[in-house]
Amino acid sequence: MSFFGQLAQQTINGLALGSIYALIALGYTMVYGIVKLINFAHGDILMIGAFVGYFVLMSMGMSWYALLIAFAVSMVVCAIMGIVIERFAYRPLRDAPRINALITAIAVSLILENGARVIPFMGPNPREYPVLKNATFSLGSIEISNIQIIVIVVSVALMIVLNYIVNSTKIGKAMRAVSFDMKASALMGINVNFVISFTFALGSVLAASAGILFSSAYPQVEPYMGIMPGLKAFIAAVFGGIGSIPGAMFGGVILGIAETLTKGFISSQLSDAVVFGILIIVLSVKPTGLMGKNVREKV
Amino acid sequence: MLEVKNLNVFYGNIHALFDVSFKVEDGEIITLIGANGSGKTTTLHSISGIVPLKSGNVVYDDADITGIEPHKIVLGGLVQVPEGRRIFANLTVQENLEMGAYTRTDASEIKRDYDVVFTNFPRLKERRKQQGGTLSGGEQQMLAIGRALMSRPKLLLLDEPSMGLAPVLVDEIFEIIQQINKNGVTILLVEQNAYKALSIADRAYILETGRITMTGNAADLKNNESVKKAYLGG
Ligand SMILES: Nc1ncnc2c1ncn2[C@@H]1O[C@H](COP(=O)(O)OP(=O)(O)O)[C@@H](O)[C@H]1O
Ligand SMILES: [Mg+2]
Repeated sequence: MSFFGQLAQQTINGLALGSIYALIALGYTMVYGIVKLINFAHGDILMIGAFVGYFVLMSMGMSWYALLIAFAVSMVVCAIMGIVIERFAYRPLRDAPRINALITAIAVSLILENGARVIPFMGPNPREYPVLKNATFSLGSIEISNIQIIVIVVSVALMIVLNYIVNSTKIGKAMRAVSFDMKASALMGINVNFVISFTFALGSVLAASAGILFSSAYPQVEPYMGIMPGLKAFIAAVFGGIGSIPGAMFGGVILGIAETLTKGFISSQLSDAVVFGILIIVLSVKPTGLMGKNVREKV
Repeated sequence: MLEVKNLNVFYGNIHALFDVSFKVEDGEIITLIGANGSGKTTTLHSISGIVPLKSGNVVYDDADITGIEPHKIVLGGLVQVPEGRRIFANLTVQENLEMGAYTRTDASEIKRDYDVVFTNFPRLKERRKQQGGTLSGGEQQMLAIGRALMSRPKLLLLDEPSMGLAPVLVDEIFEIIQQINKNGVTILLVEQNAYKALSIADRAYILETGRITMTGNAADLKNNESVKKAYLGG
């Protein structure tokens, strides 16, 4: 394959991977925007989402219809989990130093991972993920699979819906208001707790979808599967500017492409190092990330 | 309309309010005057429910609202324009007003109220698509007041609305406050600009280091020797 063919091919692969990172990164960035917390359990929500999808697909058998149901059930389950985790683990620490909440988030993450390992119907062993029958389409020398198309289409659709919610609905405007000034929002009659629950639910819905998409692209589920994509998406969120929604989308896609290009042209072993290297360079030039705002700490 | 009884508030070990009690009657303009750090903001925050009380009660419209969540207090028409305006800088002017109307569902009436706000504050209309953070101080204060009016308050708490504004704008803000009161909204005005506040208020309370030390008709206090000395520059 020619250099440019290879370049185009890896860019397509990166776009698919990057859309998944973007979906996950959105959850990190929205939650950080509103409660200033890095929700380290977010990657594990992705794992739960993938498992829920797995059970639905196994019991219904693979079909377009089953896939739709898998997405729906997984989104609902993860939304509820997100709300419950915020309510019982993070809300009691809302006014505590952020490091306490961060430690709690790590604890929640470990509980979810190890919980999944010991629950008999989940368990520690990787399982093969049910996927649609593979089909690839060729555009000249470039190949794109049906799964990659699904990943990209679903991610873009979800991001359009998210943008609409955040920019044009009443609850979305309230999310932005609360993330700017929680007390002033309460003084306007906004139910701040409800808005925060909604934000966690929204982030978890995206993570649930990302879980199914990720497991379809790399057909496996296991309790630790959320760690690496979670970490990369976190980096993408910081890279794009934590708290910024377009930043998370952009950061995710850039990171995905950087990863596949490194794998294709340099070395698979080095891809993670390159990704981290990019982050360090960007942050040293622009500490708030590509699209981050220079936020004054509120007193 | 509002009765505050024996409020005691602590920030950690700091005792910020000592048995603060006062009343606001329907239709009045009441002003609460005090030096910087005397506890004016703390008093308003206690009424709005965003600062917890050690003891005391807040009674509004014959209901005890002590300890009720802030967003529920707004539902009853008790609304605050906070100190420093606290505009949502990342939302447009229009969206800021929408947040003011957050508790309401009567879409057509809300639309009408936007027009009312825009008629009263034409500058906001020109800037409705601009981010709140790009407005000047005076415009932000107009927006903060307009935003609060969008909730259709019955009792409006204003925390130092003249702070940091040029004298012309200060006059304008005080005229607006009087106009809002004429339209049937009761006002509790917190100010450091005692002269101005006493000029438009019916009654006043003076707060010193967390205690109410004096009260009376605004006109009388304006002529009171010790008030003149302490707050009116001689
Ligand atoms: N969040 C806080 N934490 C600790 N002390 C505070 C806090 N807010 C206000 N105070 C203290 O409470 C007192 C009253 O403050 P405040 O109500 O803001 O006064 P004012 O509005 O009259 O300037 C001051 O001594 C102030 O330092
Ligand atoms: Mg104050």
